[in-house]
Amino acid sequence: MDASVQISSPPKLTVRDLNFYYDKFHALKNISLDIAEKQVTAFIGPSGCGKSTLLRVFNRMFELYPGQRAEGQVMLGDQDLLDRNQNVALVRARIGMVFQKPTPFPMTIYDNVAFGVKLYEKLNPADMDDRVEWALRKAALWDEVKDKLHASGTSLSGGQQQRLCIARGVAIRPEVLLLDEPCSALDPISTGKIEELVAELKNEITIAIVTHNMQQAARCSDYVAYMYLGSLIEFGATQQIFFKPARQETEDYITGRFG
Amino acid sequence: MTPPSSSARHAPAIWGDFVFALLAWGAAGLTLLLLAGILITLLIGAWPAIDKYGLGFLARSVWDPGQEDFGALAMMYGTLATSFIALLIAVPVSFGIALFLTELSPTWLKRPLGTTIELLAAVPSIVYGMWGLLVFGPILATYVQQPLQNLFGDTPGLSALVSGPPVGIGILSAGIILAIMVIPFISAVMRDVFEITPAMLKESAYGLGSTTWEVVWKVVLPYTKAGVIGGIMLGLGRALGETMAVTFVIGNMSQLDTPSLFAAANSITSVLANEFAESGGGLHEAALLYLGLVLFFITFVVLACSRYLLYKLGQREGSGS
Repeated sequence: MDASVQISSPPKLTVRDLNFYYDKFHALKNISLDIAEKQVTAFIGPSGCGKSTLLRVFNRMFELYPGQRAEGQVMLGDQDLLDRNQNVALVRARIGMVFQKPTPFPMTIYDNVAFGVKLYEKLNPADMDDRVEWALRKAALWDEVKDKLHASGTSLSGGQQQRLCIARGVAIRPEVLLLDEPCSALDPISTGKIEELVAELKNEITIAIVTHNMQQAARCSDYVAYMYLGSLIEFGATQQIFFKPARQETEDYITGRFG
Repeated sequence: MTPPSSSARHAPAIWGDFVFALLAWGAAGLTLLLLAGILITLLIGAWPAIDKYGLGFLARSVWDPGQEDFGALAMMYGTLATSFIALLIAVPVSFGIALFLTELSPTWLKRPLGTTIELLAAVPSIVYGMWGLLVFGPILATYVQQPLQNLFGDTPGLSALVSGPPVGIGILSAGIILAIMVIPFISAVMRDVFEITPAMLKESAYGLGSTTWEVVWKVVLPYTKAGVIGGIMLGLGRALGETMAVTFVIGNMSQLDTPSLFAAANSITSVLANEFAESGGGLHEAALLYLGLVLFFITFVVLACSRYLLYKLGQREGSGS
């Protein structure tokens, strides 16, 4: 797969010749693609194809685990994120992540949202209040929690918890937001809300989303990458991938004949 | 092939569940009965002392078997002070051990180190006692107590804490030996609860740009607070009740005339171990049993306090609202 697919807006993340290994297992093979700025790029493919792994390379989450290593380049602007000299905590502060299941911290709703902000910014209480409200509004959660900001984050419903996690990620004003199957533990209504949120957030943030749900990829993404067995099979505009995929494998997967 | 016939099915026997429930009830009930039995025995045995001193027993610092005059204050102080010193040392060290084992240690070191720490828990307490008396005490006297005396001997306030002969037995050495004995318990529990913290929760904190310390301190510790406090209480329970090792190194002086950490003292358990066999009944034995009751009570209060602490922590996180 070459990186010749053109994206219409400037790339925010540029991935070149990325290889990833779990010890000896070669999990990502020569991945090259561009992730367009302030657009939504969806990653689809059967389980184990490497799409979550790819997301975890973008914020160097894999470095928490011995035996996992990445080779190649992931450029954010003109900086190589995989460069050992890049401070990993700073990289992660620029690239937010939301996981398969809601992961509210064991603290109040307010503290959950303020958590990441406190790590890197010194805000006075009034500014912090504003930031928390701003992030919760961005995550379309403000109206539901404004009267109970000091209740526990874990007291919310699953869908609310996931939006709280998005608010928490948005609060640090990241340049890129990674969503790793953010709706896999949610009901259809909560899923709908998260999708609306994605459409809203992409005005300001570059979004990469991993999903098992074809309709979701079709509904909320601008670009789609189909991966299989660690390789990028096809990458292109969502319309093109879903209506006239260039590769037979992609068509088989999308139409449900495989996977 | 013929499908298996369904007529072979029969209802499960009712008596199986009945017998099982009876056994479970019995086991649970036996615990309560034992506890009540122990309490009643202690009360009856201690009655002459309770009758004579009442609750004033707790505030009297005299302990004179010769004059048949008894009070619990000196031993309560010994028990609480040694346990406090033990926790003061053991909790941060155990936290460090658990943090290292779960977050920082290279994989090849995890198992041997974890096993070594668990082995420390298997050393009999009398061995700790002998080691403390013969090896650790002299080292403590020469390399810790004497320098501390030189350093703080003239400092107002602190000088009282380091006064007295630096002989390596007393409150401080008992506290340190206790710390070594409870570290395996506390660190094993902390490690286990740190390990059950969902990876995704930790990754969420890392994902916001937290350092390892921030993740452990601000997310893992609050998430596991019930287990961590449970582990500390387990250690405290052991420290309060530990007998043999303390008896060896505490010095066995039933007096409360100096706040010095170097002074020889007695804990409730050490005075029981030393005097019970030769008390010869009467008021002396009753006073010793009363001490046992006091220890019972202290443990109970400590447990209640930990429950309250957990409740308060939960409120701060907003779960109470």
